[in-house]
Amino acid sequence: MGQPEFTIDAEDVRKRYPKAPEGTGLNGFDLRVRAGSVRGLLGPNGAGKTTAVRILATLLDADAGRVSVAGFDVRTQARQVRQRIGLVGQYAAVDEVLTGRQNLVMFGRLNHLPGPVARRRADELLERFSLTDSATRSASTYSGGMRRRLDLAASLIVAPSVLLVDEPTTGLDPAARAEVWEAIRELADSGTTVLLTTQYLEEADRLADRISMLSAGRIVAEGSPDELKATVGGDRIDVVLSREADVDVTKVLAARFASGEPYAEGNRVSVPVGERTRALVELVSALNEAGVEPEDITLRRPTLDEVFLKLTKEKELVR
Amino acid sequence: MTALSTLGWAFADTWTITRRDLSHWALRPGTVAIGWVFPVMIVLMFGGLFGGAIEVPGAGGYFDFLMPGMFALTMFFGLENTMMAVTTDASKGVTDRFRSMPMSPLAVVAGRCVADMLNSVVGLAIMVGAGFALGWRWHEGYGSALAAFGLLFLLRFALLWVGILMGLAAGGPEAVAAVQILVWPVGFLSSVFVDPATMPSWLGAIAEWNPLSVTAAAVRDLFGTPGFEAGSWITRNATPMAVVWPLLLVAVFLPLAVRKYRNLGR
Repeated sequence: MGQPEFTIDAEDVRKRYPKAPEGTGLNGFDLRVRAGSVRGLLGPNGAGKTTAVRILATLLDADAGRVSVAGFDVRTQARQVRQRIGLVGQYAAVDEVLTGRQNLVMFGRLNHLPGPVARRRADELLERFSLTDSATRSASTYSGGMRRRLDLAASLIVAPSVLLVDEPTTGLDPAARAEVWEAIRELADSGTTVLLTTQYLEEADRLADRISMLSAGRIVAEGSPDELKATVGGDRIDVVLSREADVDVTKVLAARFASGEPYAEGNRVSVPVGERTRALVELVSALNEAGVEPEDITLRRPTLDEVFLKLTKEKELVR
Repeated sequence: MTALSTLGWAFADTWTITRRDLSHWALRPGTVAIGWVFPVMIVLMFGGLFGGAIEVPGAGGYFDFLMPGMFALTMFFGLENTMMAVTTDASKGVTDRFRSMPMSPLAVVAGRCVADMLNSVVGLAIMVGAGFALGWRWHEGYGSALAAFGLLFLLRFALLWVGILMGLAAGGPEAVAAVQILVWPVGFLSSVFVDPATMPSWLGAIAEWNPLSVTAAAVRDLFGTPGFEAGSWITRNATPMAVVWPLLLVAVFLPLAVRKYRNLGR
């Protein structure tokens, strides 16, 4: 069998929940992910991220559309798909009574590895996720980060060609979050295709090669993090003022060099600019002449937050 | 994949899931043991504290009457175990992990069955041991005693499907607490502790038709509880009805449980 060009290939997928309000679920969802890449699926709560992951993982039937994962149809070839995917859901899906090692051996056996192979694989994974010391302790004694790592390990028992990760760091502290990020990064480097859903723009920015933005059940934008940032125009100058009273003056002054409308948030004014250095110099001298003393001025690329805000705002305008 | 290897894997996966529960016994012996000892405590409480004040039909003492009923109630308590295990797996995402793996879908449920039945076998063995220690005996030979145990396990098997359905519907372990309370009215509205003839007639009729009472009456008969006499139609036909009732429960709840499990994907 030839490798399919797209490891994840979903076309016009629709799913509505009978009891849920209109707008949840999927509504013409398209997604194509190339083998070996990391795709971030970014969207607010209720946008349909989990629905998409559950359909790709063969856990949920779509109402309409075509979905294949690793070259197999999720509906008619579910078994083949299940042999090739790893799923990391929103909860650490491990048996909390069993020890870490018992969990991995059990999942290995259920993946139809022979006993000795399952045990060897469990030990390898415990080692890889720094759980060897806690291997014989009940998973209920694990910290949130450890449980998440055990969960990741359980999804990797048969070295899946596609790893589906649903909001892996929700509810984790920053240290645990960094651990999980590192683990996902390593996997991606070893050639696994990863689909990662998240509400955190930073997470998508850090991990994903490309990002698909999901809103109300369909993809509203797709591209590399840089491409997406470019859609909201060029760079930004952030001016932090010591007095909030200076905000309006600054906005008026900045409008002369801005490529878009400056906007304020508290005592910070963000100014979209075209020619970055020239705008910066002119803005500083204009502020100086007007007697406004900024606390801080920075030049930066737009954030994904701004992309997201722009996209949702456009959507509201269309409505 | 051939049909034979599909079947082979179904057995292997079922055993893996069963072993998982057996590991729970080893890792949390306290929790499991409390489940086994609890019915013994009830026997001591009712037999020792209230028994002297309770009039029961038959020539034997209260323990003679109580033990067979308590065996049936022990099977009934198993419902909570099943429900708790199913709802915990579903709410923690373990069920989803199983469903996303290339394992036999049948094994998730079959493993639950085997593990819960084993748990009830041990639970009943402990109750029989306690009964013997308290002077309870069966009087109709081993054949009848075995038939009685068979009926008890049949009731347990039927309740398994009720537990699986309720566990899938529950949405979280909190709901199990409600069921832990509700088993009591069902347990009391039966012939486990007292003769339903002493209840108001309409309540007595409900109590006699309670599947728990039917099995209790059937095993009292099979154990040859001294002087135990059947009155109404349902108690006179307790033994066949102790087969019919559980089979009816299976006929209703097994398809519902399977449908509920399938609907997780809808």
